[in-house]
Amino acid sequence: MAEEEKDQQPKQPNGPQDESRRKFLKVSGAALGGVVVGGVVGGLIGRNMNQPKQTQPGTPAKPGQQTKDFNQALMYMNAEQFTLTEALAERIFPEDELGPGAKALGVAFFIDHQLAGQWGTNGRDYMMGPFQKAEATQGYQAIFKRHELFSTGLQAVKNYAQQKYQKGVPDLTPEQLDELLTVFEKGQEVQINGLPSSVFFNLLRSSTLEGAYSDPLYGGNKDMQGWRMKKYPGNQMTYMDIIEKEEFVTYEPASLSDHMTQHG
Amino acid sequence: MATKLPKVPVVIVGMGWMGGIIAAELAKAGIKTVGLERGKRRKTEDYFMVHDELRYALRYDLMQDLSRESITFRNTSKMTALPMRTHGSFLLGEGVGGSGVHWNGQNYRFLPYDFQIRTKTIERYGAKKIPDGMQLQDWGITYDELEPYFDKYEKMAGISGDKGQNPMVGKRSADFPVGPMKKTPGIKLFEEAAKKLGYHPYMVPSANLADNYTNPDGISRAACQYCGFCERFGCEYGAKSDPVVTVLPVAEKTGNFELRDLSNVMEVLHTGGRATGVRYINTLTGEEFEQPADVVVLTSYALHNVRLLLLSKLGKPYDPSTGTGVIGRNYAYQVNGGGAQAIYEDREFNLFAGAGALGSCIDDFNGDNFDHSNLPFLHGANIRYTQAGFRPIQTNPTPAGTPKWGKEFKKQSLHYYNRILTIGVQGSSLPWRHHYLDLDPTYKDVYGRPLLRITYDFEDQDREMIKFMATKTIAIANEMKATKTQASNTISNYDIVPYQSTHNTGGAVMGTDPGNSATNTHMQMWDAENVFVIGANAFTHNSGYNPTGTLGALAYRAAEGITKYMQQGKGMIG
Ligand SMILES: Cc1cc2nc3c(=O)[nH]c(=O)nc-3n(C[C@H](O)[C@H](O)[C@H](O)COP(=O)(O)OP(=O)(O)OC[C@H]3O[C@@H](n4cnc5c(N)ncnc54)[C@H](O)[C@@H]3O)c2cc1C
Ligand code: SF4
Repeated sequence: MAEEEKDQQPKQPNGPQDESRRKFLKVSGAALGGVVVGGVVGGLIGRNMNQPKQTQPGTPAKPGQQTKDFNQALMYMNAEQFTLTEALAERIFPEDELGPGAKALGVAFFIDHQLAGQWGTNGRDYMMGPFQKAEATQGYQAIFKRHELFSTGLQAVKNYAQQKYQKGVPDLTPEQLDELLTVFEKGQEVQINGLPSSVFFNLLRSSTLEGAYSDPLYGGNKDMQGWRMKKYPGNQMTYMDIIEKEEFVTYEPASLSDHMTQHG
Repeated sequence: MATKLPKVPVVIVGMGWMGGIIAAELAKAGIKTVGLERGKRRKTEDYFMVHDELRYALRYDLMQDLSRESITFRNTSKMTALPMRTHGSFLLGEGVGGSGVHWNGQNYRFLPYDFQIRTKTIERYGAKKIPDGMQLQDWGITYDELEPYFDKYEKMAGISGDKGQNPMVGKRSADFPVGPMKKTPGIKLFEEAAKKLGYHPYMVPSANLADNYTNPDGISRAACQYCGFCERFGCEYGAKSDPVVTVLPVAEKTGNFELRDLSNVMEVLHTGGRATGVRYINTLTGEEFEQPADVVVLTSYALHNVRLLLLSKLGKPYDPSTGTGVIGRNYAYQVNGGGAQAIYEDREFNLFAGAGALGSCIDDFNGDNFDHSNLPFLHGANIRYTQAGFRPIQTNPTPAGTPKWGKEFKKQSLHYYNRILTIGVQGSSLPWRHHYLDLDPTYKDVYGRPLLRITYDFEDQDREMIKFMATKTIAIANEMKATKTQASNTISNYDIVPYQSTHNTGGAVMGTDPGNSATNTHMQMWDAENVFVIGANAFTHNSGYNPTGTLGALAYRAAEGITKYMQQGKGMIG
C-alpha cells in the first residue's frame, strides 16, 4: 500500500492505533518539554507500546477455534426467561444481510447481567416513597425495580401469546412476534403492574440497543460485531489524524480490553 | 453531637469550578481555606477505562447518586411535585471537580445585553414589550465591568477560539489564549452556509485545549485528541479544562488550602445575621462536624446553593403569590428545540470523532442582536453545529416515519449513522413570577431533610422563540449541500425525562436591590454579609448560551470581593 493511501485508509488491525498513540506522545512531548501530562496517558502508551498485539483482530475467530466464553451463563434469569428475552430482542434487532442480530450479539446475556447488577435494582435511583401517579412530564414513578419490571413484562408477553395465539412464545412466527411487540409498544391493550406495557417495551428496546453496542466487556456486542456493522471504531485513543479529513475512514474497532494487554 | 473543629478564616462548600476558582484565588492571596466536598476525590488516572458509553453516558457513573438525594419537579403549582427518580433533563455533578469533570467545555461570554436586559429592552421597545409576570431584571453589573474577569478565567482555563473580534458579541480586551479547534467537513459546511446567508459564524470557544498550553498559574496541559468521549466523561489526557487539572492543584500547592472530600454540608450555622460556620457529615462514617469560619462560601451548584439556604433558613424565601422574598426567585433553565438536520445520501462523515466543544456557531439571532419589534418573544439563541463524537448506543438516527425497532430500524439507523449533520439551538430562558424553587413538603433525602422542589414550564415566549429559530436553522441546513433537510419547530411542555442541559439558573440572584436579589454583584448575601453564594443561582435569567464561561468570570470577581471583605472585616463590598 502506498504511503498516501495508508494515511487515508489507515486502519489495519491495531497497528495504526498504536501509531497514532506514538504520534501523540511525540507531539505533546515535543511541545511540552519535560512536563509530565495526564498520568493515565503515560501509562497507556507505555503498556501498549511495550506489548504489541499478538492476535489479528478483524477476522473474528471461528466458533470452533474460540476459547470457551465463561461469561455466557445466567446471573439473574431462569432458562425460560432467557429464551424469551432472546426471541424478543432478536425481533427488535434482527439478523439480516447487514449482519448479526441481538441473539448472535449476545444481547440476552447482556440484559441478564445488567438486571443482576445495580442498574437492575435501581441502586443509584431515588427510590423513597410515597409513590404517586405521575404526569408524563415527571418520569418513571413506579415502586418496583427494573428487574421486576422486566420479569413481569416477560410474564405478560407469555400470557398474551397464550391468550391471543394459544401458543408458547418460542412457537410464534416472526410475524406474530412482531404483532405482539407492536401491541406492547403501543401500550393500550396490556397493563403490567398497573403501567402500560409500553414502559416494559421501552426498557426491552433500550437494553437491546445497549447490548448490541456497548463494549463487549458487558457480554453483548460479541466480537465487536455491533460496532463493525455501524462502522464505529470503539475505543480509540485519538482522532487527531483524521478529524479534518473529508474522506470517511473505516477502522478495525478496538475495545477496552485492549488497555489490559499487559495482563493478557 | 457534632465535633467542633478549630475555626478557619474561610470554608468553601462544594469543589466544582466555582469552589475551585475561589479556593485557588484565596489561597494565592494567602488566605487559609477549607474546601468541603460531599463526593470523592478524582484524578486523571481514574479515566483509564473511560471510553465506555454504557458506564458513563447511560449509567451516569460520574454523577450524583440519586439514591441519597434528588429534586422534585412539577410544571405548575397546581400539580404535585414528584421526585426525579433517575437522571434525565439535567445531570447533577458529585465529587471533586463537580460537573466540571464531565462537561463539554463550550465556553461563552454572555452578551452585553444580558447584564442590562431590563434597561436595554425598555430603551429599545418600551416597557410594554415585557409581558405580565416576566420578572426581567438587570444584573447590577455591566459586561465592560466584567470583561477583565472573563479574560482572567479564559487564560486560566486555556479557552480556545478564533482570533479577532466577532461583531455579534461583547468587546474582548485580548484574543483567546489558544487558537481555535480544528475544522471538520461538517463545520466547514455550516460555516459556508451561514456566511452565504450573511451571518457571522465563529468557532465555539472551547475548553478542550486546541493546543498544548501553559496557563499563568504555570499549569501545563496537553492538546485535545478529539476522542469523542467528552460530555459525560472525564478526560484521560487532562486536555479538557476542569477544576481537578487547573485550579485545585494551584490551591493545594500554596499550603493554604485543605480539601476534605466525603464531607456533606447539612447547614450553614448563623446567628444575628452572620454565619458562624457550617455543619457537615462524613458520608462514610456518619460522623458530624462543625466547622466554624469567619466567611462561608457556598459553591455547591445553583440548585444545591438554594436548597442549603432554605434548609439553613438564611435569607427570605420567595413567595410566588406575592412575588416577594428572594430565595428561590427567578429560576430559569435553557430552551432547546427547533433544530434542523442536513441529510446526505452521497457521503459519510467521521462523526464518531469529535470533542465536546468542537463546533461553529452564530449569534445573529441571540440576545438583542436582531429586531424584536414585531416578534412575539424577547431574547434569542445561539445556533450551532457541533461535532462532539457520536456514540453508537445513543445515536440511532432515522428519517421521520421509520419504525423504532425491527429490520427497517436496523437498516436505516446503520445507514444514516454517519450521514446526518444536526444544527442545534441553545435558547435563552427568561424568568417568570411562577417559576421558582422551594422545599418539597413530602420528599426527603437520606438524612431526612426536604428535597428541593422545582416549579417550571415552557411558556409561549419559549414556543415562539423556537418556532422562529427553526426557520433559521432550516435555512442554514438548506445551504449545506445536503440531499434533503428536515426541522422540528415545536416544543410542548417541559419534561424532566429527556436530557436537555445542566444549565439550571437563578434562585438566589444577584443585583443592587435587596428587594429582588439575594446578593450583591460579588454574590455577597444582603442578609448575611459573611456568606457568599456563588454559582448560576446568581443569574437573573439564562442567556442563549451555556453558562460556565460567565460563571467563571463572576467567580473571579467574587474572589476579589471576598479578599476585600477579609481585609475590611465587615460591610458590603461595593
Ligand atoms: C453533561 C454536562 C455538560 C455540560 N456542558 C457544558 C458546556 O459545554 N458549557 C458550559 O458552559 N457548561 C456546561 N455544563 C454546565 C457546567 O458543568 C456547570 O455550569 C458548572 O460545572 C457548574 O459549576 P459549579 O461549581 O457551580 O457546580 P458543580 O460543578 O456542580 O460543583 C458543585 C460541587 O458541590 C458539591 N456539593 C453539592 N452539595 C454539597 C454539600 N451540601 N456539601 C458539600 N459539597 C456539596 C457537589 O458534589 C459538586 O462537586 C455541563 C454540565 C453537564 C452535567
Ligand atoms: S474530546 Fe478532547 S477534551 Fe474531550 S475527553 Fe477527549 S481528549 Fe479530552
